[in-house]
Amino acid sequence: MRAVAAEGVWKFYGDYPALRDVILHAEPGECLALIGRNGAGKTTLLRIIAGFAKAGRGQVRIFGNDPRETESRRRVGFVGHGIAVYDELSALENLTLFGRLYNLADPGKTALEWLERTGLERAKDGLVREFSRGMRQRLAVARAFLHRPSLLLLDEPFTALDDRAIAVLQHLLKQALTEGRTVIMSTHQLREALELATHVALLNRGTIAFHGARTAEMAADPGWVYAHYGEG
Amino acid sequence: MEFFRQMLVIAGKDLRAELRTKEAINASLAFALVILLLFSFAFDPSEDTTREISGGLLWIVFAFAGTLVLNRSFAREVPNDCLDALVAAPISAAALFMGKALANFALVIAVELVSLPVFGIFYNVQWTRQFWALLLVLALGTWGLTVIGTIFSALTVNIRLRELMLPLLVYPVMIPALMGAMRLSTDLVAGKPLSSENDVWLRLLVAFDAVFSALSLVLVETVLVG
Amino acid sequence: MREKIIYGLGAIAAVLLARNLYSIFMQLPDEASQGMIYRIIFFHVPAAITAMLCSAVACVASVMFLVTKNFKHDAIAVATTEVGLAFLAANLVTGSIWGRISWGIWWTWDARLTSALVCWVLYAGYLMLRHAIEEPGERARISAVFNIFAFTDVPIVFFSIKWWRTQHPQPVFWGGGTIEPDMLRTAVLNLVALCLLAVVLVLIRLRQEEVQREIDSMRRYAHAI
Repeated sequence: MRAVAAEGVWKFYGDYPALRDVILHAEPGECLALIGRNGAGKTTLLRIIAGFAKAGRGQVRIFGNDPRETESRRRVGFVGHGIAVYDELSALENLTLFGRLYNLADPGKTALEWLERTGLERAKDGLVREFSRGMRQRLAVARAFLHRPSLLLLDEPFTALDDRAIAVLQHLLKQALTEGRTVIMSTHQLREALELATHVALLNRGTIAFHGARTAEMAADPGWVYAHYGEG
Repeated sequence: MEFFRQMLVIAGKDLRAELRTKEAINASLAFALVILLLFSFAFDPSEDTTREISGGLLWIVFAFAGTLVLNRSFAREVPNDCLDALVAAPISAAALFMGKALANFALVIAVELVSLPVFGIFYNVQWTRQFWALLLVLALGTWGLTVIGTIFSALTVNIRLRELMLPLLVYPVMIPALMGAMRLSTDLVAGKPLSSENDVWLRLLVAFDAVFSALSLVLVETVLVG
Repeated sequence: MREKIIYGLGAIAAVLLARNLYSIFMQLPDEASQGMIYRIIFFHVPAAITAMLCSAVACVASVMFLVTKNFKHDAIAVATTEVGLAFLAANLVTGSIWGRISWGIWWTWDARLTSALVCWVLYAGYLMLRHAIEEPGERARISAVFNIFAFTDVPIVFFSIKWWRTQHPQPVFWGGGTIEPDMLRTAVLNLVALCLLAVVLVLIRLRQEEVQREIDSMRRYAHAI
């Protein structure tokens, strides 16, 4: 069964189609890099796949189920533009909270585990409000990976990360992929993304202009896809 | 049971966050005290006047001060896009709503329970004569205020001028419940017990709470996701 | 085709209103105790009924939008709410004028006037809410939910204010009493006329909403290029 199957997805803002007849698949274990210019619709598409918004037309299936179903939500981890953790709570409190929301067996222990994996164990009782930018990003990543999701959706995850955070994220993503999890990430940072990607899709003005396996040419020249399938 | 567990996790989170910063509750308490003070200048608090308006005065204080707390309810999820994380989590929107409503209820009731003795002192009113009945009315009226305030807080979460819009939307809808609560509170503060004379208002409060709680639970998913 | 319907209905409404005005002012005799001013009732009450019908249609349209996501229903919701607000305002103003002439006061907190005022403020909130949201899909969804809450509140408002007023009676602007068949017929005819007028206004407003939507989406296209 496909990890993600988007068929004929349209999204309208008023009468304006932000997404037009989008067809996109991802098999389990794939790492799909979703690239496209600003305003192409990458965030919109990811949010529909994650279940934050509903498609105007068409349907999305996560492992065969609707994204809003509890079972689907349990298997999805999302990293968006915001870090989605609470400034007034500590790192440990935040992760324990999400552990409880995802009904983990031992939320506290799992939270500590992931704080270690993202290099935040010494700041576990610090309030997020006091964290540096890179620390906040690493905590966001910890929150997304905490419940061992089968599908990771990341919206421009490498943007504004410091080097340490980039290294942590790449390591965790590689590990997730070897465990057979699926990753879809939208990105501007072509180099970092194409290193990890097994497949690439180009979103151009709301439609999929290209979807295929990542080739050696793409890895060598990140602009290759834009040059061949983009506009201008 | 899963529903209650999720509800309590959310309520606990909101209460912990609020009690750590105390932003909303301090503002709410301060506002309540200021209004009580202002009203003492608005009219001459003789015993007769006070007895007539006590319920009205109290619930104006509760409604205005309560809105400060209720506004924070979904507004606190906006920084860092936390609302996304809550919507993505495998909890029902109804559990999310009820958890927030519970936390709001606790906070607003706390403000009310502090305001009551202050009211008694400032206006020289002995309000404890029908104590338990008064608490019942407080609970019912506050639950109505909380439900409407919480669901409208979700409605207005992405709107600019949210702080202005919320009171403008909440107060007209609340008029029937406020009316009932004011009527009952005036009687109870004056020492009159609940009787067949005024229990129609009690029934109104219960009906109001039931109808709008149900409506909110049904519509909250539509409000948050679409 | 749409224009023809609008003009046609408008013409019927105009004829009916003209006929009613004639009958109201020329034919019907003065009422026993109130004199001339009682004639305002032929607008005051039908306006209220028209407003109530508008609010019911708005609620149904809101529910339909949430179910189908079709923007036509959103347009009907906002159009009928606006028209209903206008008629409700007419109800309030005619009531106030009547009170001033008959009782010497511009306002009294009698049950019906108070309920009308509360409902007016309620639905004015709906319009304010719409103005505060720019994205059409979100605006339609959020305001549809609010409309359902508002409509649910309307009967509760009416009953609670009625009970309140039985405990604190205020001058009631309209006594009970029976209505003569002549007057009843005129009142009903005026109700029909006002409803037709409401339909015409709603249709005009609907057209305006459609055009606005087209402009909005063209603007987005233009920005995207």
